[in-house]
Amino acid sequence: MSDATTPQTTPTRRAFLKSGLAAGSILLVGFHMPFAIAADAKADVFAPNAFIRIDRQGQITLIMPQVEMGQGIYTAVAMILAEELDATFEQVTLEAAPPNDALYANPTFKIQVTGNSNSIRAFWMPLRKAGAGARALLVQAAATLWQVDPASCRTDKNEVFHDASGRKAAYGALIEHTTGLTPPQDPPLKPVSNFKLIGRPLKRLDTPDKVNGKVIYGIDAMPPGVRFATLATCPVFGGTVRHVDDTKAKSVPGVRQIVVLDDLVAVVGDHMWAAKQGLAALAITWNEGVNAAVTSDEIWKQLRAASEKEGAVANTQGDATNALTKGDLLEAAYELPFLAHATLEPMNCTVHLNADACEIWVGTQVLSRAQAVAAKITGLPLEKVTVHNLLIGGGFGRRLEVDGIEKAVRIARHVDAPVKVVWSREEDIQHDAYRPVYRNRISASLSGGRIIGWKHRITGSSIIARWLPPAFQKGIDIDAIDSAADIPYDIPNLFVDYVRDEPPAVPTGFWRGVGPNNNVFAIESFMDELAKKAGKDPVAFRRDMLGKSPRLQAALDLAASKADWGRSLPARTGRGIAVQTAFGSHIATVVEAEVDENGEIRVRRIVSAVDTGIVVNPDTVVAQLQGGLIFGLTAALYGEITIDKGRVQQSNFHDYRMLRIDQTPAIEVYLIKSGEPPGGIGETGTTAAPPALGNAIFAATGVRLRRLPIDRALLTGRTAG
Amino acid sequence: MISLRINGDVKTVDAPADMPLLWVLRDILGLTGTKFGCGIAQCGACTVHIDGVPVRSCLLPVGSIGERAVTTIEGISTTPTGAKVQKAWLDLEVIQCGYCQSGQIMSAVALLNAIPHPDDSDIDAAMAGNICRCGTYVRIRDAIKRAAKSI
Repeated sequence: MSDATTPQTTPTRRAFLKSGLAAGSILLVGFHMPFAIAADAKADVFAPNAFIRIDRQGQITLIMPQVEMGQGIYTAVAMILAEELDATFEQVTLEAAPPNDALYANPTFKIQVTGNSNSIRAFWMPLRKAGAGARALLVQAAATLWQVDPASCRTDKNEVFHDASGRKAAYGALIEHTTGLTPPQDPPLKPVSNFKLIGRPLKRLDTPDKVNGKVIYGIDAMPPGVRFATLATCPVFGGTVRHVDDTKAKSVPGVRQIVVLDDLVAVVGDHMWAAKQGLAALAITWNEGVNAAVTSDEIWKQLRAASEKEGAVANTQGDATNALTKGDLLEAAYELPFLAHATLEPMNCTVHLNADACEIWVGTQVLSRAQAVAAKITGLPLEKVTVHNLLIGGGFGRRLEVDGIEKAVRIARHVDAPVKVVWSREEDIQHDAYRPVYRNRISASLSGGRIIGWKHRITGSSIIARWLPPAFQKGIDIDAIDSAADIPYDIPNLFVDYVRDEPPAVPTGFWRGVGPNNNVFAIESFMDELAKKAGKDPVAFRRDMLGKSPRLQAALDLAASKADWGRSLPARTGRGIAVQTAFGSHIATVVEAEVDENGEIRVRRIVSAVDTGIVVNPDTVVAQLQGGLIFGLTAALYGEITIDKGRVQQSNFHDYRMLRIDQTPAIEVYLIKSGEPPGGIGETGTTAAPPALGNAIFAATGVRLRRLPIDRALLTGRTAG
Repeated sequence: MISLRINGDVKTVDAPADMPLLWVLRDILGLTGTKFGCGIAQCGACTVHIDGVPVRSCLLPVGSIGERAVTTIEGISTTPTGAKVQKAWLDLEVIQCGYCQSGQIMSAVALLNAIPHPDDSDIDAAMAGNICRCGTYVRIRDAIKRAAKSI
């Protein structure tokens, strides 16, 4: 597929995505290879870098290196490019980048990846320079044409002006004059005070097509002649197919084909209903393999034993061992469960495989890896694998894995047509790469109301060791220790270590909030315990320890003030605070929650104060906090995947519950103005909510929660003492 | 062959009577705006209107619909309430990934047609069947109230 659609040209309040417009048609993104150099003489397009194209009509196309999965990154990337380019924001066209690590690798990870809340942090300067470089070339072209000093020209809304002579030229009219010009290495960037777009709550570019059913996600791909498949992977992790009786399945109307592979069986039909019914009619027996007896109990037993071992040292300052022999000692352990991602768009991938080419339609957070895995399976060279990266109906880390693409390509090898492989929700929940179980052992000693010694041992799976092996060095998983090794409090004697423990059977993966999710829950819950032991107010106790973290301290003050910290509340109702410096942002969160006699929890209100540096789109930041906090509440209140007989026991939203609107509290988000470089925001709310909620429940009931999800049985009839 | 009235048009489809409407819409008619989320009426992503009543299409046999009018997200903008809800959704920038939002909008339109000025408990009752994994509930509530003001 290539650039076969007619671009939408109706001017609207906002720019538009290049997309198939007819209902049921497919998003046809034109995968023009961006030119790496300035436009040549004959070119109809000025492409000074990988992110910007301008045609002779002045149409500006911005190429999106990061994938849109709801976080608003398309809009933010476009704002940054348009800001420095002085483009008319309402008229830009957006286009998804093709797989190409050389042009579009995430500067932090060196591959094309959207994750770790780092899109803005990683691309902030590269995008500004791309916009400014293109603008500088256009100014140079105009100045040469007019024989004036480039410094005497200015730009605004797709035009270059020379005010002294009253001349102006549209960008489109200047592209032929850019021939032979060299893009400047370090183009001058706008001073922050001159920003016209950045910092304004601009409307998102991807949402208009999301209110009318026009947006095309991976699951909506409909190449001509497509067939529909669904699959069953061995329910026991690592198991294989022993025998398949397909007699009944073959007689299901619309079933075309049954594909039996080592580890899975897929049914291909004329529509999903045929495929689903066909799958249900199969009699499959499995070789369950070595994991057939694995249970959650066994996994926890192994994890707890591992947490007794010495770990790899993540940070050490002063003499923690000695300090813990002095003052008042407190010790606790905190444990977090496996979690599934449960993106609302179930896992899916559409593949059309021929002898000499492979075409894929999918939503993925790792575009070049998607292409590479297909090339590896098919034996095709990379350039014969086309990947259409469609919008994503929820990522949260699930689509950092390519297992779904791998399975679809393996199935497609046996299908003589394009095939759309869609997982059932049950398959999606039971064959995820799960947020690992973690155990934290923390000890601290108090003297004079301050922490004088601190030890924190984190034990859990290393996702980094599998996912980005070069980053796993000296036994340290940099994600697992994130926000623990660099704890924001002033603690003179500190020791943090990490024990890698891989659970039997269960694959682990990145999940929204990643390492900080675990560490901030453990640290902020323990800080509350320490405040209690020190006889201090939880806010005041933290505040006194944050002298070296003034930005976080300011966030704490703002959140406490806005949340009416200290004001009395009804019985069995409490406020909890949690602070974090994570993903480059400084955030304080107060949760107000009520616990009834049956242990049922009602979250009444959440207040977050956020210092995330320079904000590109403030409305998006607020939205990410709101949504992230709800994601975190869901985890704290309900989230747990358990294992029995080597298989996941949960299957769908009735037993892997999500927070719903009737349980959603009022949420207030306050942004702190800052001139610091931008921080990350997508995962911060998820990290903040669980400890703040746990601390609120402690305030309401006196019950300290050291495991998630929250066990209601602990809360029955309890009131704060 | 089954005849259906969808978004004002009559469509004839070759589908077994027990096939859920969801898959008829998506896989036969190419109306992919209606989403598959769970398959067991737990998430609401597949919500459509049958004679104005919100129904989970993942469990609705196509053969049971008969003459009743089917409205999907693709047709909702032509209804006065639908257009107002869509506008409110964009004005308040409700949407994140958007995958659940077809269902959210269909449920919200049905609510406002039944109760033009819903209070919070009306919104809870009408919308609690629709899961949003991105957590846009705060804005969904606000957008419903905003749309109600324009009715």
